[in-house]
Amino acid sequence: MKLLKLVPDNTNIGFLKWRNIAFGVSILLMVASIALVATRGLNFGVDFIGGQMIRTTFVGEQAAPVEALRESVGELGYGEPTIQRFGAENQVSIRMKLPDGADKKPELANVMAEKIVAKIKEDHPKVRIDGVDSVSGKVSSELFEKGFFALIAAALGVAVYVWFRFEWQFGMGAIWALVHDITLTFGLFALTQMEFDLNIIAALLTIIGYSLNDTIVIYDRIRENLMKFRKMDLPALLDLSVNETLSRTVMTSLTILTPLVVLVLFGPDVIFGFSVAMAFGIFVGSYSSIYQSAPFLIWFGVNSDSFVPAEKVADSKVERLNEGKV
Amino acid sequence: MLDFPRWRVIMLNTLMVLSLLLALPSFLPKSWLDRIPDGVPKQTISLGLDLAGGSHILLEADTAQLARDRLESIEDSVRTAMRRAEPRITIEAVTRTGGKLSFIVTDPAQIDAAREALLPVVANSVGGRDWTIEVTDGNRISLIPAATGNTTALDQAMNSAKDVIDRRINAVGTLEPTIIRQGADRIVVQVPGLDDPQALKELIGKTAKLEFKLVDEGADPEQTAQGKARVGSQVLPYPDNPTGIPYIAVRRLGGISGDKLTGAQQSFDQQTNEAVVIIQFDGEGGQRFARMTQQNTGKLFAIILDGQVISAPRINEPILGGTSQISGSFTVESASQLAIALNSGALPVNLKVVEERSVGPDLGADSIRSGMIAALVGTAAVLMWMILSYGRFGIYASYALVLNVAMILAVMAMFNATLTLPGIAGFVLTIGAAVDANVLINERIREERRKGRRVIQAIENGYKEASRAIFDANITNVIAAVLLFIFGSGPIRGFAVVLMIGIVTSVFTAVTFTRMWVSRWVKRARPQDLNI
Repeated sequence: MKLLKLVPDNTNIGFLKWRNIAFGVSILLMVASIALVATRGLNFGVDFIGGQMIRTTFVGEQAAPVEALRESVGELGYGEPTIQRFGAENQVSIRMKLPDGADKKPELANVMAEKIVAKIKEDHPKVRIDGVDSVSGKVSSELFEKGFFALIAAALGVAVYVWFRFEWQFGMGAIWALVHDITLTFGLFALTQMEFDLNIIAALLTIIGYSLNDTIVIYDRIRENLMKFRKMDLPALLDLSVNETLSRTVMTSLTILTPLVVLVLFGPDVIFGFSVAMAFGIFVGSYSSIYQSAPFLIWFGVNSDSFVPAEKVADSKVERLNEGKV
Repeated sequence: MLDFPRWRVIMLNTLMVLSLLLALPSFLPKSWLDRIPDGVPKQTISLGLDLAGGSHILLEADTAQLARDRLESIEDSVRTAMRRAEPRITIEAVTRTGGKLSFIVTDPAQIDAAREALLPVVANSVGGRDWTIEVTDGNRISLIPAATGNTTALDQAMNSAKDVIDRRINAVGTLEPTIIRQGADRIVVQVPGLDDPQALKELIGKTAKLEFKLVDEGADPEQTAQGKARVGSQVLPYPDNPTGIPYIAVRRLGGISGDKLTGAQQSFDQQTNEAVVIIQFDGEGGQRFARMTQQNTGKLFAIILDGQVISAPRINEPILGGTSQISGSFTVESASQLAIALNSGALPVNLKVVEERSVGPDLGADSIRSGMIAALVGTAAVLMWMILSYGRFGIYASYALVLNVAMILAVMAMFNATLTLPGIAGFVLTIGAAVDANVLINERIREERRKGRRVIQAIENGYKEASRAIFDANITNVIAAVLLFIFGSGPIRGFAVVLMIGIVTSVFTAVTFTRMWVSRWVKRARPQDLNI
C-alpha cells in the first residue's frame, strides 16, 4: 500500500526568511484585535456580567415571533432584551442584563428570569423553555475573576516549566506565542460578537495547551539541532528544525482540526462558539509556533552555547578561534 | 527493543481488558445495568446537567439578616438576664444600631453586677465569648459581636440549612438531588432531570418561620396603611387582608413562635372545603398556645409566615388540644408545600437564589445527539488519517486511541466523575495529545529510516527521540491542568479533571501500548523494510 505523505521527504521551505513580514503582520493583527476588543467590546454572556438568559423553542412554528417577544418581555420593565437565534429558525435565546439595583438584591437576576419565563409562557402558550441561566452580579464577577485568573496562572505556570526545561529565551518565546494566539482569539470574538462565556475560557485553555504542545515539539528539535550542528547559523538551523517537524505539524493539526470542523458543522449549537474558537485557535497556534516562537529565539540571541555547560562554552570559543586561524 | 518481558505484556493486557470492561457500563442502557447483579463493578459516568438536563441552583445566605437575628436574640437574653438578676437590674435606651447591642444601666452603681450577669449570656459552648462587653461613660454597656462568633453562627446555620433542604427535597420524593455546601455562605443544589425548578425553588427558598401574634385592633387604619405603628406594635404586610389594605398592625410582644411543632400536614377545612394546613404543637408549645388563646378569646390573632401575615382569624374559643389549623387562600399544592417546609423545620437563615442553570431534557438530548455524531465522525476521520499515513503503525495508533478513550471513561466511571461540555473539550485536547504522540513517533521512525538506519534501530530511535518532546508537552499540560483545577471554578474544573486523567492515559496508550504491539510484530515478522 502506498502511504499518504502530506509533506514530501526532504522538504526545505525557507520559512524564516519571511519572519520579519510575518512578525509585522502578527503585530498588526494583535493591535487590531486589541482595538476591536477596546471599541466593540466582547459580547459577554450572563456568566461574566450577570443577568439572565432563556433558551426557547417555539414548537410547531416556522419561526420565533421575535418582535412579539421583544414587546412582551419589554413590558416587564427590565429594559430591552437581546434576542438571538440559536440553531433552528424557531429557536431563540432571550438575554437580559442585570436591572438597576441588582447589587443590593442578589436574588433579582433569578426573580427576573422567573418573571420573564412566566410572561413568555402566558403570551405564547406554545413555547418550550429549553434552558434558564440566571447569575447574580456577585457570582458573575467571581466567575470572571476566577476564569481569567486561572487562564493567566496556567499560562505563567507552563512558561516557567519551559524556562527550566530549556532556556529563558524559550520560556519567553512560548509565552509570546500564547499571548499572540489568545489575543487573536479575543479579536475574533470582538469582531464576530459571538457570545463569550465560561465555555470559551475552556476553549482558550485548550488553545493554550495545543499551541504550547506545538511550540515545544519545535523547540525540542531546535535544541537537538543546536547541540548537533554547532556551527550552523541560527536562521538556517531554525528553518531546518521547522522543516524536519513540518510533516508532524501538518499531520497533527489536520487530525485535530478534522473533528473540530465536524463539531462546527454538525455539533450542538450550544457549543458552536466554543468549536469555532478551538478550530481558530489551533490554526493560529500552528502558525505561531513556526512564525512567532521560533524566530523569537533569533531576536533573543539564542546560540549554540545555550545548552552547553559554562566551562565547555569557554573551550568551544577557544576551539572556534583556533579554527579561524587555520 | 524486542525484549518486552512477559510480565509486562501480561500486565498491559490485563490493564487493557480491565479498562474496556470498566468503560463498558457507561454505554449500556439502564435496563441492562439493572439486571447485572450487585457486586460486579458497574459504575457509569454521570453526564453533567448541561448534557443530561436538570437544574443547578446556587443559594446564598443573607448574612446581614443572620446578624440581625443574632442581635435580636441576644437582646432577649440580655433582658431576661437583667430581670432575673438579684437584685433586678433595670436597663433603658436599648438600641441595636451599628451591628451592636447597646443599653444604659439606670443605676450606675449596678454596672459591675450587670457585667457579671452578662458573662454567661455571651459565653459560647467552647469556653470563648461570642460577644465582647464594652463599658463606656460609666453606665453604657455595648455588646459587640466577636468575629469568631459570627463565623461559627454562620457555619452552624449553613449546616442545619443544608439538612433542612435535604429533608424538604426528600419529602417530595422521586428527585435525586446533590446538596453541597460551598464556601462560607453558599449551598449548591443540583437536581438531574428537573427542567422547571420553580416549585423546587419555592420549596427550598421558603424560610418557613411561623409566628403567632395578636393583632393590634386599636391601631389607626390610616397610620397602618402608611406603615406607621404605635409603640409596642409593628406593621406587617398582609396581601390577602379582607379590608383591602395590604398591611396590618400586630402587637410586638406576647406572641409565640412556631418552632415548637411536632408535625404539619395538608388538609381541608370541614366547612369551607378550603385547603388548609393542620399543625401539631409539642407539649410546651401546646401549653403556651392554650394560654394565649385562653387569655385572648374573642380577639384577632395573626398567623405570620416569613414576616408576612397569611391570615388573621378571630379566636372563637380557647384551643387546648395543641392542634391548630392555618388557613389563608392556599391551593392544595401551596398548602402541602408549606406543610413540608414546616415539618422539615425553619431555615435558620434566609437563602437567596444567586445563580440558576436549568437545561431542559430536549436541549440536553440535542447536545448529546449532535455531540455523538461529531465524536463518531471526528474519530473516524482521525483514524482514517492515521491509517492512510502510517499503514500498520497507523493501525496500532488507532488501537491506542480507542483504548485511550476507554481508559479515560473507565477512570472517570471508577471515580464516578461527571462529564460536562467543557469536559468534552478536555477530551478533544487529550485525543489530540495522543494523536500527536503517535505522529511524533512515526515521523521520527520515517526520518531514521531515511537516514538509512536498520529497521530495529529506526524504531528504537523513533521511540527514544520522540519521547522527550512527548514528555515535555504533556508535563506542561499537566501543570496547566493542576493550576486550572486549583484556581478555576465549576466548568473549568470539569475541563481540568478530564485533562489530568487523559494526559496520563494518552501517554500510556500512545507510547507504552503501541511499543508493545510494534515490538511483538517486529519479533514475529522480522521485517526487512518498513512501509511507513
